Amino acid sequence: MSLAEPAALPVAASAPPHLHILKRFATRFKTSLPAYLLLLPSLVFLALFTYGAMGRVLVDALYQRATPKAPLRFVGLDNISAVLADPAFTGAVINNLVYAVGTAIPSIGLALLFALALARTNAVTSALRATLFLPVLIPMVAASALFLFIFLPNVGLLDYYIGQLLPVLPNWLGDSDVALYAIMVITIWKNAGYYMLFFLAGLQSVPEDVMEAAHLDGAGPWARFRHITLPELKPTFLFVTVIAILNAVTQVDHVFVMTKGGPSNATNLVLFYIYQQAVEHYDIGKASAATLLTLAALMGLTALSFRTMANREGGA
Amino acid sequence: MTLIDWLYKDAPLATRREITPKLGFLLTVLLALVWLVPFLWMGVATLRPASDGINLMAELMPSLKPTLDNIRDAWEIGDFPRYFLNTTIICTGILSVQFVTITLAGFAFARLDFAGKSLLFYLFLMQLMLVPVLLIVPNLRIVAQFGLYDTLAGVMMPFFASAFGTFLMRQAFEAIPTELEDAALIDGASLFQRIRHIYVPLSMPSFSAFAIISVTSHWNDFLWPLMVINSPDKRPLTVGLSVFTATAEGTQAWGTIAAGTLMVIAPLLITFLIFQKRFISSFVTSGIK
Repeated sequence: MSLAEPAALPVAASAPPHLHILKRFATRFKTSLPAYLLLLPSLVFLALFTYGAMGRVLVDALYQRATPKAPLRFVGLDNISAVLADPAFTGAVINNLVYAVGTAIPSIGLALLFALALARTNAVTSALRATLFLPVLIPMVAASALFLFIFLPNVGLLDYYIGQLLPVLPNWLGDSDVALYAIMVITIWKNAGYYMLFFLAGLQSVPEDVMEAAHLDGAGPWARFRHITLPELKPTFLFVTVIAILNAVTQVDHVFVMTKGGPSNATNLVLFYIYQQAVEHYDIGKASAATLLTLAALMGLTALSFRTMANREGGA
Repeated sequence: MTLIDWLYKDAPLATRREITPKLGFLLTVLLALVWLVPFLWMGVATLRPASDGINLMAELMPSLKPTLDNIRDAWEIGDFPRYFLNTTIICTGILSVQFVTITLAGFAFARLDFAGKSLLFYLFLMQLMLVPVLLIVPNLRIVAQFGLYDTLAGVMMPFFASAFGTFLMRQAFEAIPTELEDAALIDGASLFQRIRHIYVPLSMPSFSAFAIISVTSHWNDFLWPLMVINSPDKRPLTVGLSVFTATAEGTQAWGTIAAGTLMVIAPLLITFLIFQKRFISSFVTSGIK
């Protein structure tokens, strides 16, 4: 097909140009065909449950039924404004923000402490790492079943042991000022060991010789941590923060088992609100509108984190 | 203090006398003990006889008269063998289909050149960004349209394609030297034969890493099966445990709850303790899931 072949030139010129493009496209497609066939099984399921679901949310968010049996009616952005005006939704968003910050910071902080303390590999640190990792493995539902007793008023584990120290104890899950924090404790317990793994991996990139040189220059443990370890761990921090925020939005099993969003919506989180709208109120329109808003927020966050990462790499 | 000295025996000589790292280590040990408390309570409460009464329920010292009554009660109240079977079917079903889809797609991205490769790559990447858990509402409607509401197949279907698995396999396949494939090509091996006999056997570590992540995440999944499954006999372990807990909580049967929880998490914990290193390295790669 190269233009250097003189005999081929007049033929190619006499044929309509778009046919030529079509033909090239056809050969390109033909050579690509095996790859497309290999991708087909994955693409079918992605089309159904990722892109299809995405499209479904967009469409469903635009329709509404007056009653469960009434015909579907196009309502435009009414569902979105109804969700935004629903105090239960705005409450859930605020709860979720508090929950995200209140779980991400302590669990990342603890994960860093664990990783720094257990960076050397020997029998003792391996056992401790495994201990801290155990909660990661168990289902959130199982963790909730255990913490249900831990937080039980009067006879529960927490009250039994610290009740001897403090005179007045709150009803951990029953008090609307405390319940969200009680829920956060479970999340921190469950996730710190997971984030620890990423910090352990990140710490391996801290150069040993730089550490030793800094030490020879008289830098104490704190100065070495602040000026060598922390800068080296920056990508890990960013990465773990994104995962922690994603977890704060997607892990709501304990809310379901322990509080059902109560008392008086104090522990309602966005995904649980979506579940309630869809399953308990049969309001697909509102559930889809809330899903759409959450997805938009999460995609914004992901895009932002990609940009921050790209910026740093460009600047470094 | 000698144990601590032993732990820091391979630290640079001059830093061995520093206090701060040792304090951090002690704090970590204390926290690790706190981290164990819920598990410890679960074990102790499971073996505690009901005659100890509710006021001793929180006691972490084991009872002197241990009993298996709680395990028997939990076994009778909850249909655990059935839940166990359902969860096993869901996890193996998802994993076997995933193995096929991720191998084929991973190979296409690793070794083949085709039109629209980067576009398709981004289409896969979207699955990682649109966290599937958030799409429970539209996915439930799609599953219902297929007539798969209240079936185990309905629980499995949204997870048959895995972008994470595809990227993991692409990485593994790219690391395999092309000379091996060229040799097979000369011998006249077809595309599928090359994948089956060269790429798959050489990528077993990646397959097992993926299997660990896939099975643990679907073993622990709750909200999605809760939405899809309606019949009690199709409940997976997590949904079964939540119903069981709600029932036993009403009668304050905490020993029974502890026993039920123990039965649900024991298989995963035992597998973890046996294959510890493998689990940990797999979870490190799971970050991009």
